[in-house]
Amino acid sequence: MNKIYRVNMTDLTTSVEDCPAEWAGLGGRGLTSAIVAAEVPPACHPLGPNNKLVFAPGLLTGTPAANSGRLSAGAKSPLTGTIKESNAGGSAAQLFARLDIKALIIEGQPKEDAWYKLALSKDGVKIEKETALVGKGNFAVVEAVQAQKGKKTGVISIGPAGEWRMKAANISVMDPDGKLRSHGRGGLGAVMGAKKIKYITVDGEGAPAVKIADPEKFKTAARTFAKALLDHPVSGEGLPTYGTNILINVLNEAGGLPTKNFRYGQFEGHDKISGETMHDIITARGGKTKHGCHAGCIIQCSQEYVDTSGVYVTSGFEYETIWGFGANCCIDNLDHIAEADHLMDDIGIDSIESAVIMGVAMEAGILPWGDGPGVNRLLREEIGKGTPLGRILGNGAAEVGVAYGLTRVPVVKGQGIPAYDPRSVKGIGITYATSTMGADHTAGYSVATNILKVGGDVDPLKKEGQVELSRNLQIATAAVDSTGLCLFVAFPVLDIPEALTAIVEMLNARFGLSLTGDDVTALGTSILKTEHAFNQAAGFTNAHDRLPEFFATEPVPPHNVVWDFTDAEIDEFWNF
Amino acid sequence: MKVLIKLFATFRNERFKQEEKDLPPGTTIRQVVAQLEIAEEALGMVMLNGRHTPLDQELSEGDTLSLFPLVGGG
Repeated sequence: MNKIYRVNMTDLTTSVEDCPAEWAGLGGRGLTSAIVAAEVPPACHPLGPNNKLVFAPGLLTGTPAANSGRLSAGAKSPLTGTIKESNAGGSAAQLFARLDIKALIIEGQPKEDAWYKLALSKDGVKIEKETALVGKGNFAVVEAVQAQKGKKTGVISIGPAGEWRMKAANISVMDPDGKLRSHGRGGLGAVMGAKKIKYITVDGEGAPAVKIADPEKFKTAARTFAKALLDHPVSGEGLPTYGTNILINVLNEAGGLPTKNFRYGQFEGHDKISGETMHDIITARGGKTKHGCHAGCIIQCSQEYVDTSGVYVTSGFEYETIWGFGANCCIDNLDHIAEADHLMDDIGIDSIESAVIMGVAMEAGILPWGDGPGVNRLLREEIGKGTPLGRILGNGAAEVGVAYGLTRVPVVKGQGIPAYDPRSVKGIGITYATSTMGADHTAGYSVATNILKVGGDVDPLKKEGQVELSRNLQIATAAVDSTGLCLFVAFPVLDIPEALTAIVEMLNARFGLSLTGDDVTALGTSILKTEHAFNQAAGFTNAHDRLPEFFATEPVPPHNVVWDFTDAEIDEFWNF
Repeated sequence: MKVLIKLFATFRNERFKQEEKDLPPGTTIRQVVAQLEIAEEALGMVMLNGRHTPLDQELSEGDTLSLFPLVGGG
């Protein structure tokens, strides 16, 4: 019951062990962070043999619980130098759960210059040499695996960016339609590349259904949970209709849409790239406005964006990508941004980091503001071909800033700041500053309460209440990231009390436990503390929990506010 | 007095994207919402000149009022 698979790439051996008791109650981020904290030397080089790459499905993954198909990947991040968990949809997590795999731990590093693939199945894990697909993009990998093993086999792969160990490289996971989802942030694709693994297949043939201790109790709780997701206006109506890109107009109105590399809080071309416009374009061209990233997703915030001939361009076309290539680079053409999204999926590079990279590249004068074809040329011809400029760009916004001697470089702990200006959405600024992951909006989404008015109301332009808000959300998020549930379940959970109760009941029914809501909070607290302790041992201090200086000195229009937290106020975050 | 009204997401359906309205002095946001036949419980964000604002707020010449249903993303 509950196996841990180990793959040692130094001596090319594999082993299977029973999950130890202390990890039995953990899944997803809770488990990847516990394993990294226990087994990876905090001071090691992230691309060296002592780092480990861990994959783990969430606690509820593989069950009929709605939106529970997320897979966590964890390691020491080459981008931030901190502990890192990045989670993604796709088919692989549910196959892991059905194969009773609690975690896959990849350690060591081959001595010879050769590439490998891993094959997971009910018979265990195999390491095999790979040559044909080395140097190819992710779409070619998926196509080749499907041709050889059928469409139901899960695929986890890296593109050329991961092979070249670029610090912005992601790990792709095939979705049920043969398209890609991403473990985007933190450069985990470079860690997989450093292990010399091009791709992993997950074969669920012959694997049984996931066992549930109390099926009737589970069914009742799962029904309540699904009803809450469908009843809440955000998860039941807004997200499936407009996707996450509904936020372009919201943040633009609130003055928090970072524009021209964080100079302004509003973008003149916002309407051309908004969720409302995107919905109309997809509908007119015959694409799909709704799409799930894994089986059992009932929110369906993804979509299929097509070109003027109705041909597929990209899916999972997210607000952060559209903000970053759009407002942040002053590009007001959705087709150019959709092409960028497709290119990044194929190259295997994080679309948020790449968006910040392109803003800094324009700041550096590498290409003009608003040059959509130009950013696609940089992706295709420089990053995608590993040229010297491509290597600088592919190593993240911080590296581009260093290479070109810039000061307006929006990063925290080396990771690009996502789509909300921390001066006019101060709660998310606290999350960027203090997250164990480097700048990460998903770590504690204070935007919900600051701007969207979900789960309460804290004024986005004032400091009061922001540290406590971010702390509570970061604790809750660490717990949600352990369940395998999509983070968007947080919208109904924040507003509908029965939704949280249903999650706890599903966990109890799945494992035969009697957890309470307090136990879930305690899990989140414990995960954050474990991650923070790893970072401290890796050399991080409170002095790293800071935003770039320009946020304190350059007021952002239209509200003309600056980042005005004192160091002591930020440091209050960790007093729990 | 002239006030710019902006509607978003589903509020645009069978209404408009943005329109400048000539309103009598003293008109509140609540009155505008009622005129638009938007149920108050359907409101997510109400922003006046980019700031979240209560429904009882009176409008002034040159204001921009933005109305959103409850939406989210990230």
